[in-house]
Amino acid sequence: MAKYNLKVNGKTRQVDVDPSTPILWVLRDHLNMPGTKFGCGMAQCGACTIHLDGNATRSCVLPVSAIGKSAITTIEGLSENATHPVQKAWLEHDVAQCGYCQGGQIMSASALLKSNPKPTDEDIDNAMSGNICRCGTYLRIKEAIKTAAKTSNAK
Amino acid sequence: MENIKSQSRRDFLKSSAIAGGGLMLSFSWFSDAKAADKMAQLNLAETWSELASYIKITPDNVVKILCPNPEFGQNVMTSLPMMVAEELDVDWKNVVVEMGTHDNVKYGPQFTGGSNSVRMYWKPLRNAGATARQMLIEAAAQTWSVPASEITTKAGVLSHSSGKSAKYGEMSIKAATIAVPKDVKLKSPKDFSIVRNSKKNSEGTKVVTGKPLFGIDYKVDGMLIAMIQHPPAFGMKLKSFDATAAKKMAGIKDIFSFKLYDDGFEQGGFDTRTFNEMIAIVGKSTWEVMNARKKIVAQWEPISETKETISGFGGRKTVNNIPARLETTAKQFELMAEMSKKPANQIRKDGDPETAFKNATQIIERTYNAPFLAHNTMEPMNFFAHVQDDKALVAGPLQAPGWMEPTLAKLLNLPADKIEIQMTRMGGGFGRRAYGSYVYEAARISQKMKAPVKLIYTREDDMTYGIYRPMYTATYRAALDANKNLIGFHVTGGGIPENPIHANRFPAGAVDNYLADGWEIPSNITIGAFRAPRSNFNAAAEQSFLDEVAEAMGKDPIEMRLELLKKAKANPVGKNNDYDASRYIGVLELLKEKSGWGKPENAGKKRGVAAYFCHASYAGHVVDMVIRDGQPYVEHVTSAVDCGVVVNPDAARNMVQGAVVDGIGNSFYGGLTHKDGVSEQNNFHNYRMIRHNEAPQKIDVHFVENDIDPTGLGEPPFPPVFGAVANALFKTTGKRYYNQPFTAEQPKS
Repeated sequence: MAKYNLKVNGKTRQVDVDPSTPILWVLRDHLNMPGTKFGCGMAQCGACTIHLDGNATRSCVLPVSAIGKSAITTIEGLSENATHPVQKAWLEHDVAQCGYCQGGQIMSASALLKSNPKPTDEDIDNAMSGNICRCGTYLRIKEAIKTAAKTSNAK
Repeated sequence: MENIKSQSRRDFLKSSAIAGGGLMLSFSWFSDAKAADKMAQLNLAETWSELASYIKITPDNVVKILCPNPEFGQNVMTSLPMMVAEELDVDWKNVVVEMGTHDNVKYGPQFTGGSNSVRMYWKPLRNAGATARQMLIEAAAQTWSVPASEITTKAGVLSHSSGKSAKYGEMSIKAATIAVPKDVKLKSPKDFSIVRNSKKNSEGTKVVTGKPLFGIDYKVDGMLIAMIQHPPAFGMKLKSFDATAAKKMAGIKDIFSFKLYDDGFEQGGFDTRTFNEMIAIVGKSTWEVMNARKKIVAQWEPISETKETISGFGGRKTVNNIPARLETTAKQFELMAEMSKKPANQIRKDGDPETAFKNATQIIERTYNAPFLAHNTMEPMNFFAHVQDDKALVAGPLQAPGWMEPTLAKLLNLPADKIEIQMTRMGGGFGRRAYGSYVYEAARISQKMKAPVKLIYTREDDMTYGIYRPMYTATYRAALDANKNLIGFHVTGGGIPENPIHANRFPAGAVDNYLADGWEIPSNITIGAFRAPRSNFNAAAEQSFLDEVAEAMGKDPIEMRLELLKKAKANPVGKNNDYDASRYIGVLELLKEKSGWGKPENAGKKRGVAAYFCHASYAGHVVDMVIRDGQPYVEHVTSAVDCGVVVNPDAARNMVQGAVVDGIGNSFYGGLTHKDGVSEQNNFHNYRMIRHNEAPQKIDVHFVENDIDPTGLGEPPFPPVFGAVANALFKTTGKRYYNQPFTAEQPKS
């Protein structure tokens, strides 16, 4: 066990866990933040996507010991009341079916738009193809990303 | 106006004041058996379903509508309350939706599956809304001393020509004292103002902000995490294990083996027995449990043939033999091919098919095969359980809580009314969560630990310990005469472990000489419902075959289907045809129109078409395929659906689009195979799922507009995707695709 001071959604949180513990389980089990989802445990489905210093990262294979001073943002930290342009676009297009993967989809999409504010269809495919949606909402996700890209304050 | 009598003598509606004032109307009914035809197929008792839901109105005019059925992405938490709100006549903006409670003793199974939710609730929920509205009118009439017939309502406001008006909330306390009216009138579809108008997902904001909605998010103080170690292969069982090292690891509370069912246990109709003895690993956190699990040293041994007793609905008991065998997929397909050549059980015969085939000028015969499919819901199986001496609470993702409750009561030796089942949002279901052995496992573990426990499956557990779509095969034969008329049709189908063929589906009813038969091979690999069970295979096989038959007849594939359907409509052959030829024709006509089928501007397109009937609805697709980066790619899909009244159109479009993507993904890539009982796929690196870049660029969805009471929607658009994709593949590659998935090896033609 080891103590870590993690920067999560702008706050410093201390955890005492095994160094090999993936950030996914630190968030879910130790910090009571279940918005980041478990899907595969091997970075194949994207349900666990978080931002690490603004970059989309699969938290299920990222040990807590590797975080260092990097800032973690989770779906809970994107905005509390769905005011982030990507969340707003998701609601506008009524994207979700079961909704389980959507937190990860939104985190991948918001990271994409931050680095590439005007993505092409191909850019979207490249950035999003690591996120599986079993309900098949891919078309709406793409439309929502395009809508979010049009809103000037997309971050 | 439609005049609805109170449903039956067993129905009751009762009202009561809620704490803090206001009207609460609870209702219960036996569902319309016709609307629930799918449920009937599942061997439920005749008086199968009491269901309950609630409307609450606060004095400050907030209307709370509880959703009775579990939500797994079909959007019932929006569409079902819309139906109540329509007849209640309230402003949708003032409606708050909550998931209802589960009460099997009073209200029966609250079942999500069989594309049933909207159709089985269509009248009862509207009836409930209309009844509450009538009670509010009565309360206002008494308060104002005017005849109830002179009072009108609009968006939650009661009004009288004298100028008097009141919000529902103001009358809600008095309304709770009014006798429940026996007869209420329901709106005519032309007067709908909420139903048929798209409403956003009532849980959308919670979803996009990562709120804890799902079973896997469930947490209480002192809760332990559990995992199970199941045998590494179907046909194997636990022999012995050593967990000495694992038990010493940080955070581990206990490791023990347990039996799912005791010897001789009578299982319920949806109780599966995949592996009866497993090892439970229980600890403080998920990662600690995962790590300790790896240190367990276990020995496994082959099972011997096992009997299981299933006590089905209506008291029908069956005894199944579970064979002892380590199955290998390639060998199982060979076994199916051998079975296909043997005489099968006849399930339908019209005319004289033997003579028709004897007299045929041309016989077309094709065989179609499909593997097991894993459901792969994004949220792996999980469940919370807190079993105490005198009561139990279980909570999590489950399609059929009412079916699990009697088994839980027996396993835990508790009366059913001491078992509380909470229904969380499900991260997908597709049929998988109609089978609740994971609920029982959680309960068994909690009982042993005397603590609240959440059981979590890893993805590997979820995929290799599944309740799969069965393996299927079907051989179709068509007899053509010298004028290329279809004079005979024969389908023989079989599977592991069930026969897929529906006796009375199209083209039965449209061909004078028709024969259908089937057979089954038992297996120790567990199977169950998978989005449109059996139909998802039949539509692929039959609709591909009809495409070849149309080609042989020299006919356009849509025109050929229309001709057959028109014949079935005018002069149906045989009895019990389960489809309505007019609605089938309507969907094909709409599809033809909207896709621009046969139009010169589409002449260069590589297109495939298929249409299918299931769950009382009709759906068809035209698939436009191109070669992209050397691979076939579905670029554009036009869909037509007749599901009667469409309650929430944009959400319905979403569901059809999802079914199309799901169908393309499973037809191209889906498949779970075994070698000596071991699943050869165990996670998303070797079980390929359709991804963003493989989804079509456009899916245009069109609904037939009519006033027919809603029929199924979650499942019907899925099966015909397979056939349309296969037929587009033929146009694109010049090859016919007979084996699923289509990326697998195809027979040499």
